[in-house]
Amino acid sequence: MDKVLSPGVMVPMGTLLEIADLRKYYAEVKAVDGISFAIEGGICFGLLGPNGAGKTTSIEVIEGILPATSGQILYKGQPRGAAFREETGIQFQSTELPQYLTVRETLATFRDLYGRQADLDWLIETCRLEELLDRDNRKISGGQKQRLLLAMALANDPELVFLDEPTTGLDPQARRYLWEIVRRIRSTGKTIVLTTHYMEEAQILCDRIAIMDNGKIIAAGAPEELLKAHCGGTAVILEDADDNLLEGFPCPWFRMENRLEIETDSLNECIHELVQRGVDLSRMTLRSQNLEDLFLKLTGHHLRT
Amino acid sequence: MKTIKRIVTLFKARNREFIRDRSALGWNIIFPFLIILGFSLMFTEDRQVLYKIGVIGPSAASEQKALSPVQQREWKGFRSMRYLEFIPLESEAEGMNKLSHHRLDLVLDPAKGRYWVSRTSPRGYIAERMLQSSGQEARGSFVREAVRGEEIPYIEWLFPGILGMNIMFSALFGVGYVVVRYRKNGVLKRMSVTPLRPWEFLTAQVLSRMFLILATTVIVYAGCSLIFGFTCHGSYLSLVLIFALGGFSMVTLGLVVASRSSSEEFAGGVLNVISWPMMFLSEVWFSLEGANPWIKKLSLIFPLTHLTTGARRIMNDGASLGDIGFHILTLTVMSAVFLAAGAFFFRWQKAD
Repeated sequence: MDKVLSPGVMVPMGTLLEIADLRKYYAEVKAVDGISFAIEGGICFGLLGPNGAGKTTSIEVIEGILPATSGQILYKGQPRGAAFREETGIQFQSTELPQYLTVRETLATFRDLYGRQADLDWLIETCRLEELLDRDNRKISGGQKQRLLLAMALANDPELVFLDEPTTGLDPQARRYLWEIVRRIRSTGKTIVLTTHYMEEAQILCDRIAIMDNGKIIAAGAPEELLKAHCGGTAVILEDADDNLLEGFPCPWFRMENRLEIETDSLNECIHELVQRGVDLSRMTLRSQNLEDLFLKLTGHHLRT
Repeated sequence: MKTIKRIVTLFKARNREFIRDRSALGWNIIFPFLIILGFSLMFTEDRQVLYKIGVIGPSAASEQKALSPVQQREWKGFRSMRYLEFIPLESEAEGMNKLSHHRLDLVLDPAKGRYWVSRTSPRGYIAERMLQSSGQEARGSFVREAVRGEEIPYIEWLFPGILGMNIMFSALFGVGYVVVRYRKNGVLKRMSVTPLRPWEFLTAQVLSRMFLILATTVIVYAGCSLIFGFTCHGSYLSLVLIFALGGFSMVTLGLVVASRSSSEEFAGGVLNVISWPMMFLSEVWFSLEGANPWIKKLSLIFPLTHLTTGARRIMNDGASLGDIGFHILTLTVMSAVFLAAGAFFFRWQKAD
């Protein structure tokens, strides 16, 4: 049976992590301002938001790195204790590696700090470290470093894995490579909590997301459900169109640099109206609305600002 | 068991880091060799120069024909004195210039029977007194006796101090600087979310540094002993113990410095502020005999003073542990206080 964690937050059965009215205030900033959510075991949960939204602070308070100003954090229905450290794995946004050690030694060192340990071969294979094992930590690329940090986060075969912006700063190929690894980890039944400001990443990897802005959660749910509820329509993009032609247009629209973007739930009517107004449709493109559009709709500003 | 495993894991990792950091390893082993080698060359008796005398004109005694027999005897006697170096000068002006810049201690013009000396230079004063007494044949009314017991060569007096200094730098910077760097670059933050406890981390750091300090000290001691032929009059076990205890006290002092900071510049500054006065006031290079009493008292607050004094007593005088009980007790108390403070103030991360 579901239970109520705090007013308005229903906690379903099988919940691994429960967060209620969590706050983290600094002298002049409310970095996290009363967020609540619950995460069932075995899913990938994403905290999505622009830089400075409070994602990293939220996740670090949950991990126990930062003290909370107020709020409740329960792991398996209990306050976090020694079991939490043994059963969670963490990849921070920016951590250096110990110098002068090889990839293999680094992995072995961190693995030996835990009582419970992942199989070393599984770690190496899952995170694709085979070729790097004898290389000095200082001589690996950014993508390779992220894979090693991910392997370190899995060293204790955790039930719950926190990944804080795991692909920030990586090139597209390295990013897709890491996504594949996250998917493999997810397929083993582990629960993943990741933060990102890439809507594509959240859409591809996450079963459920919470969108954050200014320390608050402004929307939460499965990405498809959120899009269906808030952004079911289509985005019509017109290159080099004149703003004057859209004066009094029946659908919401806005300008992004040299293009106009129109949001519509009724594509036929929209296009009919454009033709009637004599708009040149030869450079028109259409796309389904995504989380970026949802964020824009909810906050009035873009994710990557 | 888990605790021991975690400590051993970090101990091994830190040792690997140190051994692979060639510059740190080289510095710890080669630096004391170079100092000892340099000093042994400088203090070889026939090369040793304490005072520099500038000589205007021809310097051979036979060429000073204008001098009176007394002056000729003085000049000859002065020339034959030990620890003086005679440097020929082209002109009187050159001599005055070098004298006023303290590059020479005394300038002599033997042909004219004149000399110049700086009134503000203590070295000039001694050189002048040597010149004035150079013609005396009588040995004075005091009777010279031989030193009782075995004389200690200067290098053997210096050596325990150099080892102590090496231990000090290795202990303070090897722990203090490294922990701060770990904190700054997030390695400590990463460790903090494992089951590793702070005291386990600190124990591993201390053990690793102690192991490396003792290993490098034994290598340097054995190497220098082989090259320079040192004698240790006391027990080697006592010597190892005082080095270990002195090293431990300074490693724990390093932990105090590294307990909170995440700035390498700040930690480096603090470590320099501690290490430089400690090096100069701990009798590593020179004795504080005759120094102001307050300076001698101040020197007792430095662990290196007790390490150096204790090691010298063992090596040079054959003292037992009981003989240096005061130094052992002081180092033990210092270690306990530093360790408690270092553990109490330690934080994994930079301040919020």
